[in-house]
Amino acid sequence: MIPPIIAVEDLSFSFGEVPVLTDVSLEIAAGEFVGLVGPNAGGKSTLLKLILGILEPQGGRVRVLGLPPREARQRLGYVPQHPSFPRDFPISVEQVVLMGRLGIGPRFGWYRAADREAARRALTEVEALDLARRRIGTLSGGQLQRVLLARALVSDPEILILDEPTANIDQRMEGDIFDLLATFKARISILVVSHDIAFISGYVHRVACLNRTLICHTTDAVDGDLIRRLYHEEVRSVAHRH
Amino acid sequence: MVEFIGALADHAFLRTALLAGLLASIGCGVIGPYVVVKRIAFLAGGIAHSVLGGMGAALYYGIDPLLGALVAAMISALIIGTVRLAWSAQEDTLIGAIWAIGMAVGILFIAKTPGYGTDLMSYLFGNILLVPGRDLWLMGGLDLVLVLTVALFYRQFLAVSFDEEFARLRGVPVAFFYLLLLCLVAVTVVLLIQVVGLILVIALLTLPAAVAGHYVHSLGAMMGIATLLGAALTSAGLALSFGPDLPAGPTVILLAGAVYVLSALARGFWGRWRARHWAQGARA
Repeated sequence: MIPPIIAVEDLSFSFGEVPVLTDVSLEIAAGEFVGLVGPNAGGKSTLLKLILGILEPQGGRVRVLGLPPREARQRLGYVPQHPSFPRDFPISVEQVVLMGRLGIGPRFGWYRAADREAARRALTEVEALDLARRRIGTLSGGQLQRVLLARALVSDPEILILDEPTANIDQRMEGDIFDLLATFKARISILVVSHDIAFISGYVHRVACLNRTLICHTTDAVDGDLIRRLYHEEVRSVAHRH
Repeated sequence: MVEFIGALADHAFLRTALLAGLLASIGCGVIGPYVVVKRIAFLAGGIAHSVLGGMGAALYYGIDPLLGALVAAMISALIIGTVRLAWSAQEDTLIGAIWAIGMAVGILFIAKTPGYGTDLMSYLFGNILLVPGRDLWLMGGLDLVLVLTVALFYRQFLAVSFDEEFARLRGVPVAFFYLLLLCLVAVTVVLLIQVVGLILVIALLTLPAAVAGHYVHSLGAMMGIATLLGAALTSAGLALSFGPDLPAGPTVILLAGAVYVLSALARGFWGRWRARHWAQGARA
């Protein structure tokens, strides 16, 4: 049997006295496209940070590609929910994407031709090559999201992790981004966080629902009962495609 | 100005001063952009003021004050950096405390230093005309350290300045490079103190880089322009102050301030003009 690429076992985590995750277990196999959904403050981003090794688990265990997260994280690509940099930073799109090449090749000096070639490829793949010379602060929300996706792809990651990649952009572009992700799933495993279960269920293989603990873990159709269990309340039923 | 160029040929101390200004502008050009884009001007100010503690102690024990300044700057940088990395809260309070404590220690040492009264004013506001020739070598050496370190680790410093979380995910030792950057800021502060004194340092560290940032959009280009601008400002300030016998440090700073304000205004007007131009173009 092929070992899972991400294995989370009985994971618990709290911020101070506030429990955020309790006994979460989740396995993701190579080649899967998994959606992680749940209400706000349900622990989705925290779970990602534990998988990325930014946070340390207080109980349980996380293994990524069979390794502790810190040792595996250079083989992951990560797209954050909010860009954690100032928009007025003097840097071009190409330079931002090249940052994804850090940790590859020699430690000293400047980027090499192979790095620049990889950056061009990644920007082409997200259909943003024409933005390469632009300053990062001049991009629209949708363009920025593509560039951050290119920064995650430029290191040829084995797993792509995205935290609400479409939170700050409009619906049509949301569809574009997910169509783009769907083209990667042949070669990269993808874990994407979203609060919009109806929307992503049309794209992913499997949905994992998180509200402090893992409530469902299913490939079944997303129905009203599941959404009610997840959000503890009646939710307006949303039409969606499969 | 002609008078200054004539005097330059006659007086060795003027040539030394000019050279000191040029050496200092390398530091301000290479490190200033990091201070501006990472928004650590207040932190750099804290390091600069705490340096008086080291200078006072060095005077008291009869060591070169420049060496004392270097040690004090490093210690302050490492304390502030470590606390920020470990707790992140209360950073500004701590910087304020280090700022004041350093100065208090310095004043006490200077008050108790026997012999002729030390010229406190020249530490606070700089006296570029009194830079000893041997200090030029030390300044040149510090410049070399700054330029080499930044050249070797340009990518890492850029990543740590831009997006610490992502840098960490790419395996960059963020804490190490953050502390190293603060140490480079400390070295630069010591370089610039020679020219404008520890109170005015912060202007020379930020203004040339900020002006450069008005016109170029990469950190490397900012470094180049800020270095040239720093060299022009220190040389022009020295020349302007020479004739009417004004203190050179404050003259340099006023010049830098004027250039910054003019540049910021020009940029504001230009931006507004362009926006109106585009709007009209769209209407037509």
